[in-house]
Amino acid sequence: MTGSFVDFIWLAPALALLGFVLNGTIAFVRPNAKTLVSVIGAGVLLVAFAVALAVFSAFLGLHAEEAVVFRYWSWIPVGTLQIDVAFQVDQLSLVMLLVVTGVGSLIHLFSVGYMKDDPGYARYFAYLNLFVFFMLVLVLGASFPVMFVGWEGVGLCSYLLIGFWYGDAANANAGRKAFIMNRIGDFGFMVAMFMIFWATGSLDFATVFAHAPTALVPGGVAVTAITLFLFLGCTGKSAQIPLYTWLPDAMAGPTPVSALIHAATMVTAGVYLVARCNLLFAMAPISSEVVAGVGALTALFAATIALKQWDIKKVLAYSTVSQLGYMFLAVGTGAITGGIFHLATHAFFKALLFLGSGSVIFAMHRAYHHTHSHEDAQDMRNMGGLSRYMPWTTAVMWIATLAIAGIPPLAGFFSKDEILAAANARGHAEPAWLVFWGFGLVAALLTAFYMTRLMLYTFYGPNRTGEKEQAHLHEAPWIMTGPLLVLAVLSAAGGLLNVPELFHGGARLRHWLEPITQPSATLIPEVPVSASSEWLLVGIAVAIAVIGIVGAWRLLKPDRLVPARSAPEERGFARVLKNKWYVDELYDFLFVRPLVWFSRVVLWQEIDQRIVDSAGVNGAARGARALGWANRWLQTGQVGTYVAVFVIGVLLVLWRALG
Amino acid sequence: MLLNPALLISAVLFTIGVAGVLFRRNAIVIFMCVELMLNAVNLTFVALAQNLGMGGQVFVFFVMAVAAAEAAVGLAIILAVYRHKQSVSLQNMNLLKDG
Repeated sequence: MTGSFVDFIWLAPALALLGFVLNGTIAFVRPNAKTLVSVIGAGVLLVAFAVALAVFSAFLGLHAEEAVVFRYWSWIPVGTLQIDVAFQVDQLSLVMLLVVTGVGSLIHLFSVGYMKDDPGYARYFAYLNLFVFFMLVLVLGASFPVMFVGWEGVGLCSYLLIGFWYGDAANANAGRKAFIMNRIGDFGFMVAMFMIFWATGSLDFATVFAHAPTALVPGGVAVTAITLFLFLGCTGKSAQIPLYTWLPDAMAGPTPVSALIHAATMVTAGVYLVARCNLLFAMAPISSEVVAGVGALTALFAATIALKQWDIKKVLAYSTVSQLGYMFLAVGTGAITGGIFHLATHAFFKALLFLGSGSVIFAMHRAYHHTHSHEDAQDMRNMGGLSRYMPWTTAVMWIATLAIAGIPPLAGFFSKDEILAAANARGHAEPAWLVFWGFGLVAALLTAFYMTRLMLYTFYGPNRTGEKEQAHLHEAPWIMTGPLLVLAVLSAAGGLLNVPELFHGGARLRHWLEPITQPSATLIPEVPVSASSEWLLVGIAVAIAVIGIVGAWRLLKPDRLVPARSAPEERGFARVLKNKWYVDELYDFLFVRPLVWFSRVVLWQEIDQRIVDSAGVNGAARGARALGWANRWLQTGQVGTYVAVFVIGVLLVLWRALG
Repeated sequence: MLLNPALLISAVLFTIGVAGVLFRRNAIVIFMCVELMLNAVNLTFVALAQNLGMGGQVFVFFVMAVAAAEAAVGLAIILAVYRHKQSVSLQNMNLLKDG
């Protein structure tokens, strides 16, 4: 207890949980009370954001160097394993708290407009509130198990919301895919937890990180295994190679869900985990290299796929995978601040991109709904020229596009530049990072290219929606454009959080996070980089972004596009990209088919049907029946017989007992 | 002493009772045979009580009380069966056997 408002940190998750309970009840009792649902659903989030701000300012007043831990009750007391339900407030969890509640509030408000006509309105907000609750548990938890509860909870909500429109089998399957992929990652997380307890005797963050330097050998097998298993958990939750394939499919859910869960918050949980455990990762150079390498490779790989997607949300989904790759490149390099910085700015501009695309889809959907047409409202080949109908959406989408491409002085420029600079700096000592830096640069070029492509095909050129539909294309209502404008301001100005010294900024986020990054910073020596080479790096990054944007603008011809219905098949390499490098097919061939074959033939037909069913269950039944049939003659139904048997039995017993 | 003849009579009575239960068909007769067995046991108790203390004699009273209750219930059941089947022969009491 600190005696300040920080003590009320429990209010933030409690409010979200309250929202879930109330909206969940309404979903059963009175599903059409939409005004009430909106007030509760968005209201609890706004209040939670206010609580977060108050906690933040109270925490500033404390001048705390160490994390403030609140222990509420004992959860798992088993021998030496003592796990409390405890929340931890420190610099890192506060950043996450503000991002989750802040961006979450805006997305809740947007949802009020986007989901207005959906019959599952109350259910939707109940799930969304539950998600925020678990996300806050995840970022506030003071130990691995508490964090794991949140980790699993957000996975559950992700599953529920991906399959929100479960009437369509494809959506339900997408939800299951996400769930199963995440299980693989969770296995890694759990193994890592067991190993951490075995090595340090505790699972509380504070104790683990205090004991780790003495209990574990730097670069040893134990710490390397722990961090690699932790990272396996991250690849599942944060959609990195090899477990990324669920995220693009997760776009089956409502668009605000994609913005909140699958772009801004949940998928960044892995980055948060690595940042939280930065000490462990710094002690395991091999793991750091794996994290950075996988991140860089994912950034590049996903960006290539995004080049040829036609579904507007799929482009953004692969873009998210790619940007998450950047974050892992950062935290793997040891640039924890860079990773968290990019996490925050990405939350702003990617939420904006998704909500902007939601606004577009909303308009397209309404237009097709008016004319009872069954075209794909998300296919960019059916869009085009929308800037004439949706000026506000176009404007904010441009801001987000320039931000993600890394054009100064927008948010993405600073964060991406910091990551690339850190990778380059470490490359002077270890050449592997120069390769990662190269991957990052190429991915940046592709990012600028595919985002410009998205803008060009969606908002410019001739309209391909259809003659009749054009009359029904309108800008979205203010409840949707309002959050877009706020996010646009954040995307534009988010870089101010951490303007580096190079631009005479204060690098505030870096100093703010120093208590968190301190332990690992002492293990990874910082390579001094001269100002001139930093300027050179900035120049390269900006040049690449500009080349990407201008190149896309010049190369792509939106007037040659035809609506999706009559579009020709892609050829050659474009076809490989459009089919996502056939990774889904590869996984299907390598894992799904063998597993299905093994389950069907060996487990089902042989073991279950032949052994368990035939020999076991039916065998026992047949044996009992045969025994009964054999002993049937004993049951004559004559009392006299029974008495005779009884007397004979008594005589036998007496004979044995007395004789 | 009178002990051995008493036990002998008791054994004979008990065997008659068992044989009656086993081989007679009339429920009333079987019932009487059951009573015969009880009383054979009573005789044993009383006979042995001479050497082993009063416990046996006291127990006889309990057996008589239970036998009286049993007689009341048993006769009532037989009466009910007779009303139902117009017979007190055990051969007709075979509801447990299917068909």
